Amino acid sequence: MSVTDTSPAPAAAIQDGLAVLEQNKSTAETFGIPLAVLAEMTHRCPLQCPYCSNPLELDRASGELTTEEWKKVLSELAEIGVLQIHFSGGEPTARKDLVELVQHASDVGLYSNLITSAVLLTRDKLAALADAGLCHVQISFQGNEPIIADRVAGLKDSHRKKIEVAKWTRELDLPLTVNAVMHRQNLHQLADIIQMAVDLDADRLEVANVQYYGWALKNRAALMPTLDQIEETTRIVDEAQARLKGVLTIDYVVPDYYALRPKKCMGGWGRQFFNISPTGKILPCHAAESITGLEFESVRSNHSIAWIWQNSEAFNRYRGTGWMPEPCRSCEFKEVDFGGCRCQAFALTGDAGNTDPACALSPMHDAIFKQAELESAGASNRFLYRNFAGGTLEAGDDGA
Amino acid sequence: MAGPRHISVSEESRPVLPRHAKLKFDETRQVWVILAPERVLAPDEIAVEVLKLCDGQRSVGQMVDMLAEKYAAPREAIATDVVAMLQDLADKGFLTQAREKTS
Repeated sequence: MSVTDTSPAPAAAIQDGLAVLEQNKSTAETFGIPLAVLAEMTHRCPLQCPYCSNPLELDRASGELTTEEWKKVLSELAEIGVLQIHFSGGEPTARKDLVELVQHASDVGLYSNLITSAVLLTRDKLAALADAGLCHVQISFQGNEPIIADRVAGLKDSHRKKIEVAKWTRELDLPLTVNAVMHRQNLHQLADIIQMAVDLDADRLEVANVQYYGWALKNRAALMPTLDQIEETTRIVDEAQARLKGVLTIDYVVPDYYALRPKKCMGGWGRQFFNISPTGKILPCHAAESITGLEFESVRSNHSIAWIWQNSEAFNRYRGTGWMPEPCRSCEFKEVDFGGCRCQAFALTGDAGNTDPACALSPMHDAIFKQAELESAGASNRFLYRNFAGGTLEAGDDGA
Repeated sequence: MAGPRHISVSEESRPVLPRHAKLKFDETRQVWVILAPERVLAPDEIAVEVLKLCDGQRSVGQMVDMLAEKYAAPREAIATDVVAMLQDLADKGFLTQAREKTS
């Protein structure tokens, strides 16, 4: 007897969910409906993290899907076979109807996860979400103490508030994931962050090195870790994973600039994941709108979500392996990593159809590796904070 | 307060799925799944049978007795498999024990 882990985690799929759950089909050809979908309820957020995964051009509140539209979406997702819904943002608790929507997700049989900065939550609000059937809470942390954490978040007192909400989460018997986004300016706190997650009685810790698209790409010079830091990070994570087995699960996302092989981004474009933007666009990943020239269809269109997933031009453009140029086309790893990340290829080469430069076989790999090394040793630690005004540069001078 | 987690499974354990791990039949894919945080687990047929017996009342020993009788199989072999599978789930945080107090 066995229980196979099919990990539909949206960030960096560790194993392949569809391969396990759809054994009778050729998943590379059929593109079954994803197990989990990310719902970005809003782009509004009280935090201003310089590595935010939202697009540079943020959706305004006036364009957001209404309560009734989200309910219809949730029902449709459950109907077509989605099993889990991640309520994310922006900050999902900025939506006044979140409890109602979590309740609706429960009513239609979706397993719900809240991905939150936590700073807007009260204990009563969290209890109401738990009563509505919320299954899991993931709280982002920017460090293990307020000096760095509040500075990265661009919000005073945010770290203390997060700790408080994390404690309520466990008091309410909800499982807790601590999401720690790591970069040059906080990697030295990693060991303490791991201990913080243990002390908070978290079930799981995501040690997620920043991925450089959108806001993070604009802040790359202030965020890029050094190679020494990455080696130390890997050592700390390996040691902690062994020591904390059965106590804390640690998932580790490596920074791909220093990798030899690209990540299997989103498990492959249009292959096992989509997200829904605040205005209802169905996207192959949360950064996909950064690729200019692709049209993304909306839940407000006349098409069903399943139709958009299966038939829309944007999903089919980079699906499978048929679109690949060399060196991907003849590469033995093409169905392992699916050519890496389309958004990164677009951001760094100007063409989303190129090999992700994170791959050692990309003609640009050496150049981006050297660029990363150069920036990691650079003098600028100033952030460009994420906001609706196109970003605000951190006060102070450039001296590190 | 949080329930007891990270249990050590033995024949005396009375395990139950915590509320954040849901055993469900997936109509679309026609398979049983366990829904857990950031995970969808695919238990095989026998694992599903065992998990359905995990009600927080029944001990692992009693489950093994039932399975040994049903499949006319050696008890020790079944006990080893059942304990190993349940321990694996417990290590991942997807199995807990019934609470001592019922409040």
